Amino acid sequence: MSKKGAPETRSSSRRQFLKSAGLTGAVMAAGARSAWSQAANAESNPENLPPHVADWSKYPGQGVADRPYGKPSKFEAHVVRRDVEWLTATRQSSVNFTPWHELDGIITPNGLCFERHHGGAPDISPADHRLMIHGLVDKPLIFSMSDILRMPRVNRVFFLECAANSGMEWRGPQLNGCQFTHGMIHNVMYTGVPLKVVLNEVGLKPNAKWLLVEGGDAAGMNRSLPMEKALDDCLLAFKMNGEALRPEQGYPLRLVVPGWEGNIWVKWLRRIEVGDKPWLAREETSKYTDLMADGRARRFTFVMDAKSVITNPSPQAPLRFRGQNVLTGIAWSGRGAITRVDVTLDGGRNWREARIDGPVLERSVTRFYVDFDWQGEELLIQSRCHDSTGYLQPTKNELRAIRGVNSIYHNNGIQTWLVRANGETENVEIS
Amino acid sequence: MRILVLKVALGALLLTVHTATTAQAGKPLGLGTTATPEQIEGWDIDVRPDGKGLPLGKGTASEGEAIFLEQCAACHGDFAEGRDRWPVLTGGHGSLKADRPEKTIGSYWESASTIFDYVRRAMPFGNAQSLSHDDLYALTAFLLNMNDVIKDPEFELNQDNFTTIKMPNADGFYDDDRETTERKFWSAQACMTNCKSAVAVTAEAAILDVTPDSKSAPSVD
Repeated sequence: MSKKGAPETRSSSRRQFLKSAGLTGAVMAAGARSAWSQAANAESNPENLPPHVADWSKYPGQGVADRPYGKPSKFEAHVVRRDVEWLTATRQSSVNFTPWHELDGIITPNGLCFERHHGGAPDISPADHRLMIHGLVDKPLIFSMSDILRMPRVNRVFFLECAANSGMEWRGPQLNGCQFTHGMIHNVMYTGVPLKVVLNEVGLKPNAKWLLVEGGDAAGMNRSLPMEKALDDCLLAFKMNGEALRPEQGYPLRLVVPGWEGNIWVKWLRRIEVGDKPWLAREETSKYTDLMADGRARRFTFVMDAKSVITNPSPQAPLRFRGQNVLTGIAWSGRGAITRVDVTLDGGRNWREARIDGPVLERSVTRFYVDFDWQGEELLIQSRCHDSTGYLQPTKNELRAIRGVNSIYHNNGIQTWLVRANGETENVEIS
Repeated sequence: MRILVLKVALGALLLTVHTATTAQAGKPLGLGTTATPEQIEGWDIDVRPDGKGLPLGKGTASEGEAIFLEQCAACHGDFAEGRDRWPVLTGGHGSLKADRPEKTIGSYWESASTIFDYVRRAMPFGNAQSLSHDDLYALTAFLLNMNDVIKDPEFELNQDNFTTIKMPNADGFYDDDRETTERKFWSAQACMTNCKSAVAVTAEAAILDVTPDSKSAPSVD
């Protein structure tokens, strides 16, 4: 079957499709966006295709010492975190976004994990880093990184989602790309020490109910963490995906708070004060509180509700071929595991159960697929997920009916992409 | 014999590991060094709504204005009204129900201690933890004065009267209630076929098109 004549190159089949659809002009207009899409869809050089033999099959490639720390292929140079300059006043107190449309599986590579910091990302020598724990404890202690590395450690995969992920979309679709609408989440395997092990070293007083967790950065990021969560599943992590934390992710030590909003996962963790009530820090009153339509605000909305998004196709990754195609996306829940993902191609008239592949873990990203046939018809695609607590991801309008449009945080509504006849994909909302 | 001894030793080791990672309160590992009062004082900068953590000090809004103009106004404006995209610190009273609410210290913040705690740890941006205790009281008094919470610019704010300050929106917050107010999301039925008759596009991102173009993407170095 595979030897049935010379295979058509991807680019020529693409041109063929565009010509037949009479849409060459439309695609030129969308050129900037198309350029970000997968390297596999780029123009081919016929000299490298059979029956010709490419240079890389004739001459040696790079030696082992050329890249002592490996980097992605130059053909993947477009796969980077990106920011939205108008969003914040300065890059030291800003955010960038993970390119989910270029990723697969469930693990986010360390260099692509979105960044959010409030006073820049320091690069702290582990020899000079200390964690102080004091307050309502029997014995206030200071731990060096050497101390932390001598404690029993565990490996756990968790998503970290910023509470403001999709926060720009409350009033309607704004940004064309899942990187921008859903890019403030990453999913990483952490190696670390359970927080309760460290708290056991200092000994908690009976009235110890809350922890103040504080970063060593120039923002001194601080949040109040309930003791129940601290003793449940929180970690003091020093590795991500097997290697040391990246500086922008809290090197040498960060707090991991599974299923809870990213802001409380304090990076560059330098101090824990044990107390009997919350502190009402700026990041838990002025920010990260959810203003409702009645003018009052929810606070301590820690848990990230179940949410999903289709990453391909999406505005940065349009459909290119008729016939067989792969739709894929990610789903996650801060309350437990993803049990099912449904996908619609016709704007919610009919749904089908997506195929989940890869590990299904609690409070971790789960990967789903729908393999489908596309003949150039317009699609309105959505995904909705179910979690192990019985929660069903709501529509954006269902959320607005309860919360209004000014809550900024915790927007876990169903995302709609419009796939046009030429494959271009756009962020829309539907009736 | 040697094999038997090794097995016993290994068993003891596994038991120890198991205890340390799963027990709520096993035997401490004996790691870490004592934090002295001097060490704690150097790092313990947080302030709670009940005044716990407030250092000794004092300041008035008048004194705070001079510090603000020198150290803060470049970003926050001479009257704390905000510049460019830097935070607006005053105004917005009564706007929380409006179409475009303005969340400022006076219109939104729950506790005056949050101002002290935040300025002490993070401000001025670019030179954090540089202000004296008296500077912190004076700046807090100034910001409360600009928000009409402290009326008299000569009122001296100090560690003893700090907790008498009541913020206008102090009662505007309540704890997460999603599990009751959003209960229906847990019992929702997932329709699979013929769920709608017609579907129309109601909004499109392309109309605003604020998506950054590919030229602004950083390159991988």
